[in-house]
Amino acid sequence: MTVPYAAPGATTTQGADQAAISLRGVTKHFGSIRAVDGLDLEVPAGTCLGLLGPNGAGKSTTMKLLTAQSIADSGQLRVLGHRLPEESKQARARCGVTPQQDNLDVELTARQNLAVFARLYRVPGRQRREAVAQALELAKLTGRADTRVDELSGGMRRRLLIARALVHRPELVLMDEPTVGLDPQVRQELWSLISGLRSAGVTVLMSTHYIEEAERLADTVAVMAAGRVVAYGPPAALVAEHAGQTAVEVYGRPDRLGDVEARVKAAGLPTRRTGPALAILRAETLPSDLAAEVEPDALHRTASLEDVFVTLTGEEVA
Amino acid sequence: MSAPTQSATPRTPATRRLRRLEPAAVAGVFSRELTVFTRYWVSTTFSSVVEPTIYLLAFGFGLGALLVTVDGLDYLDFIGTGIVATAVMFSSAFPGMFGTFIKRRFQRTYDAILAAPVDTEELVTAEALWLALRAGVYGTAPLLVAIAFGLEARPAMVVVPLIGALTGFGFAALGMFIAGVAKSIDNFNYVISAVLTPLFLVAGTFFPVDTLPGPAEQLAWLNPLYHCVELVRSASFGSSGWTDVGHVGALLVFAAVTWRLASWRLEKRLVD
Repeated sequence: MTVPYAAPGATTTQGADQAAISLRGVTKHFGSIRAVDGLDLEVPAGTCLGLLGPNGAGKSTTMKLLTAQSIADSGQLRVLGHRLPEESKQARARCGVTPQQDNLDVELTARQNLAVFARLYRVPGRQRREAVAQALELAKLTGRADTRVDELSGGMRRRLLIARALVHRPELVLMDEPTVGLDPQVRQELWSLISGLRSAGVTVLMSTHYIEEAERLADTVAVMAAGRVVAYGPPAALVAEHAGQTAVEVYGRPDRLGDVEARVKAAGLPTRRTGPALAILRAETLPSDLAAEVEPDALHRTASLEDVFVTLTGEEVA
Repeated sequence: MSAPTQSATPRTPATRRLRRLEPAAVAGVFSRELTVFTRYWVSTTFSSVVEPTIYLLAFGFGLGALLVTVDGLDYLDFIGTGIVATAVMFSSAFPGMFGTFIKRRFQRTYDAILAAPVDTEELVTAEALWLALRAGVYGTAPLLVAIAFGLEARPAMVVVPLIGALTGFGFAALGMFIAGVAKSIDNFNYVISAVLTPLFLVAGTFFPVDTLPGPAEQLAWLNPLYHCVELVRSASFGSSGWTDVGHVGALLVFAAVTWRLASWRLEKRLVD
């Protein structure tokens, strides 16, 4: 994997310690629904933040607030130092956005799509051709440059969608579920691209509900539930804090699992249901008598970010 | 994925001051329309030229055979100039309605454009200007057909594309406003039947509005297409002086009002 992209942060007025995104007490209602409800979030410049949360947690609304396509009811929002919504246009000029839903112009070629957005993002005329060529190369679509989008495969379209967000070399890239609905191969390819961006100094905010994606790519994870951040930190630290080192999965009849669950909870350990099993988190601190009792039916594994996610955002599907 | 290393400057200068209604944003959206147009210009041009030509020939020769003159003009000349307004409306209000609705609801094109440094007002302005340009060009098609069938060409006719563009801007913005109000594409049927069809039938295109009973003649002044028809006839047969200034003024007011309405309504729709 070569670095696909340059580090623009170095030449800007941003201090190294200044946050690329800073949200304080942000709320947004739609009718009676509180989509975002007192959101605080900091994304330090040059890092990748994974915004993790179940459907309806407020991830997409948060993304829309950052481009002022949704206007907050209250709270302070800054993107690359610009106040939103007043200075959102300045901020948008320096951001790239990949939406969850493909909105490429399907009747145009890959090259035309990129050229249109190079212009919309104010790439100066004499640099446009080069910018488009580099974005095509980044998306590995140079050979398909003059193919209409509706004749490209799903993976190619997603690469083009991401390249479109990068054609003006933004300092901040907002990605809403960048790999949803893609083959594992295509997903890994996009992961390389995103991690390449980050190594090049671009700030990335990525919403996802794929936990593995956040674990691999994000320096910091913010777990959202019901419109606010319920946990924030490096993935490993979050796992250590909320799920400990190891998890024990206990298999057995439902009534026995219910009994074990109650006793483990009484001992102060977090648990979660994983299909037919009961997962005991922070199992390294499990009292020895309980540990000995469950041992015959137990499967040991390392605690994961998924454990944190489910523990914090609830097991029930809203 | 990989690519060659690039220089370390962002392509968009960070210090640029961004204001309201910037030419660069309008030009960007306009050029998108132009690029998309390269994909469908053949079919659009076909229908924009053939449709008014059929009206012209059917009415001109069919109805024209029964009439000697209308307002002192050969009927073919009368309708050949009047139908310019019909062509203008068809090539601006309809794409304004359907195109905007499809881009907003189905293709989500506007979500992508508004994530760039483009505001709703710039988006609306650029698209209305684009449709105005198209309407100005396509509006002259019936005039050229009429000239081919014997209408006398006059130098003043060079203003016809401008009249068409001004009228087209207003109707494009009206269409975009309606697309911002409509909840589904079927809603357009109400507008087409109750608003657009009466406007184009009672604009002085097919018969002079002074043949209408009572206050209908005065009501015609509220019809933007009537002003368009009158201006095209002035350019084709000689100016009627200060009245034409009134017609231009009416079209300017129509364009300004629909432009504001479309910007306001689509902003409400696109930014929540």
